[in-house]
Amino acid sequence: MKGGGALSLRARLVLQLLVLAAVLAVLLFVAVRTVAGDAAEETLDGVLGAATLAIADELRGGEEGVSVDLPHEAFSILGSISEDRIFYRVAVEGATITGYADLPMPGAAQGPAGPSAPLFYTAPYRNTEVRVAMVRRVVLAGRLATPVTVLVAQTRSGQAAIAARVANRAAGIGLGVFALAAALSILTAGSVLRPINRLAEAVGRRGPNDLRSVDHPTPAELRPLVESLNGLIARLRAALMRTETFIAEAAHHIRTPLATVRARAETALRKAESEDARETLRAVIRAVEESARSASQLLDHATVVYRSDRPARETVDLARLIEGLVQSFGPVAGLKDVGIGFEGTGAALAVMGDRLLIEAALRNLLDNAVKYSPADTDIVLRLSQADGSACVEVADRGRGLSGGAQAALTRRFARGANVGDVVGSGLGLTIVDEVAAAHGGRFELTEREGGGTCARFWVPLA
Amino acid sequence: MRAVLGAIGLMAALAAPVLAFETEEDTRFAAAGGVAQAELAVLSTTDTEVLAPVIAAFQARNPGIAVRYTVANSQQVYAAIAKDGAAYDMVISSAMDLQMKLANDGLALPLRSVETAALPEWARWQDLLFAFAQEPVVMIVARAALGGEPAPRTRRELTQLLRDNPERFMGRIGTYDPEASGAGYLFVTQDARLSDTFWRLAEVMGGLAPMLYDSSAPMIADLKSGQLVLAYNVLGSYAAPRIAGSDALVMVELEDHTLTLLRTALVPGTARAPELGALFLDFLLGTEGRALIASAAGLPPIDAAALAAKPHLRPIRLDAGLLVYLDALKRRAFLEEWQAALIQP
Repeated sequence: MKGGGALSLRARLVLQLLVLAAVLAVLLFVAVRTVAGDAAEETLDGVLGAATLAIADELRGGEEGVSVDLPHEAFSILGSISEDRIFYRVAVEGATITGYADLPMPGAAQGPAGPSAPLFYTAPYRNTEVRVAMVRRVVLAGRLATPVTVLVAQTRSGQAAIAARVANRAAGIGLGVFALAAALSILTAGSVLRPINRLAEAVGRRGPNDLRSVDHPTPAELRPLVESLNGLIARLRAALMRTETFIAEAAHHIRTPLATVRARAETALRKAESEDARETLRAVIRAVEESARSASQLLDHATVVYRSDRPARETVDLARLIEGLVQSFGPVAGLKDVGIGFEGTGAALAVMGDRLLIEAALRNLLDNAVKYSPADTDIVLRLSQADGSACVEVADRGRGLSGGAQAALTRRFARGANVGDVVGSGLGLTIVDEVAAAHGGRFELTEREGGGTCARFWVPLA
Repeated sequence: MRAVLGAIGLMAALAAPVLAFETEEDTRFAAAGGVAQAELAVLSTTDTEVLAPVIAAFQARNPGIAVRYTVANSQQVYAAIAKDGAAYDMVISSAMDLQMKLANDGLALPLRSVETAALPEWARWQDLLFAFAQEPVVMIVARAALGGEPAPRTRRELTQLLRDNPERFMGRIGTYDPEASGAGYLFVTQDARLSDTFWRLAEVMGGLAPMLYDSSAPMIADLKSGQLVLAYNVLGSYAAPRIAGSDALVMVELEDHTLTLLRTALVPGTARAPELGALFLDFLLGTEGRALIASAAGLPPIDAAALAAKPHLRPIRLDAGLLVYLDALKRRAFLEEWQAALIQP
């Protein structure tokens, strides 16, 4: 069987869902990190800006120039939100009046700072990078409006620590989402593939002769497959049917000329004078008889195949059926000095099934028994019921099974190893087995105690 | 250890290199193993005899390390590192604000170890500055000045006592001159920050012609001689052994708040052997070092439980807020206000 190298649908589905989950988890990680990093920067900027404004609010003018009284809270709050290094500078027109005189001013590109909205920028300072907030105020000093710049700078190790913490948590969330998605994708793959598995099981469960079309409920995507399958089954059934019809036609067409041959041969036998010619004619008649029997078994078989597809559901009284068969076989058995005994229950025993099929099965059983019974023996038919089934037992004193398996004997055209000179087509037991199966019953062949064969045929009760 | 102490005087003369900043004492502790493989240079505001037992124990643990121990006042210690770039492997100072400024300005090396990580949050700043002693700032009052009353427990009660009995205290109150003493400046600024009653107390003290001192030693001496009856803002760990046995003086931890100074250490970026500085720091913060600081040096080691047991003890916050009072304009403005309150014509 080819296709072993192709990835199973389930593996393919799970793999693709996992890749999708991994991509989503990574995206989530990046998104959480970015958003949280921005939020952390905004928060820290807010505090830095507030500290800068608090210092700007303490700017004082006066006759001696600009002065500032640094509020303790401004730095204390910066210190309490993160343990970052802090630098500040208060400058009047470029001249630093207090703080770190080398703290860099913003570049030209960074735009103007307002009196109440701080300007934020990042600048290198003392071998590290600092975030600077700048506020410009105008103070009246010596009766002159003097522009004053307040800068407060902060290293951002606190933000880096927050970012690292957020990254860890984001990674945790990402992994969690991935694990959840992995579990869900396995469940999803299972549920998506369940209809396919169910369909496969339903088709797989069918018996070898079940050629009904598949009417299992299937999702829309599988419907074309099921329709094709049903089309195939229909074609197969039609082909089988044509074959059986052909066989039946052929058997029928052979039977009529055979009857003519037999009648002519019997006439010739009566008129024949030499013993040689009579012997030859008797052999011809025996051969023609066997051919006619084979042809009628082929017909029976074709009937079974045809009808077992949809067997009729009617009530059949097994006792009456068997009595009829015993009567019709009486003369043939009598010729061989074989007695047929029937042990019924003394009452009618009704089963549900196809009368024609059951009759064909029992006729073949009885025919076999008569055929293989030696002279001066009895065939016993027993009708009984047990566990909701009726059982017809046909026991003879024939050659038995000689160890051959029943399964081998019920194959079409298969015959036992010990049939010897007895002619037969090998179809009889096949018919019995198929009829039992078509009725949901069972067929069993066993060695009879004291020699011979015991055949049991079960059909469910009505 | 006897040998070490004996060597102090000799070494002070021999080992002193030419320094731009002023030192008070320079001591070399020879390596315990005899031959020194390395030298740890410590610049400190803490007197040599206070830390000598701790250094000796450190050397016993690490034979082969000689220790050079230089003492200077807090301004000089700061200037040595910040301006002169002097090569020391450890800087110890009680001036938290100046230590904070060294760390903030990027002049300290980051250190991480089990010992530094075990420090409570309030006893370190980043991984740059570490406290190894917590010392309450106390008031000492002469029993005679109380007139049989119990000692005041809060600044409000102290103010009341001074106001009601000016004759007992006139000219006999001593405190730091914040203009001359870094510690004194730190104490008054923190007092002013923590309590509103401080300024009222300062006004009342100002009315009683207080004596201002540059350092603790003469203040304690005047207190013992009876020239002073009240000393406000003295380091308890410094005063306690010096007034021990004197029944006439009472040491008071004011209950509205008692500042608690953190003595801090850092390893400066100028260190020649920063790994030795880190080693010594770990020793100071470790179990053996803490025990020695308490028993031999007489300083209370960092202990969160001891603080929790005395809720009025307020460790001075080791954060950027300390930088505010170092600002030149702020300092000028604050001192002006303080002088206006305390120095009355």
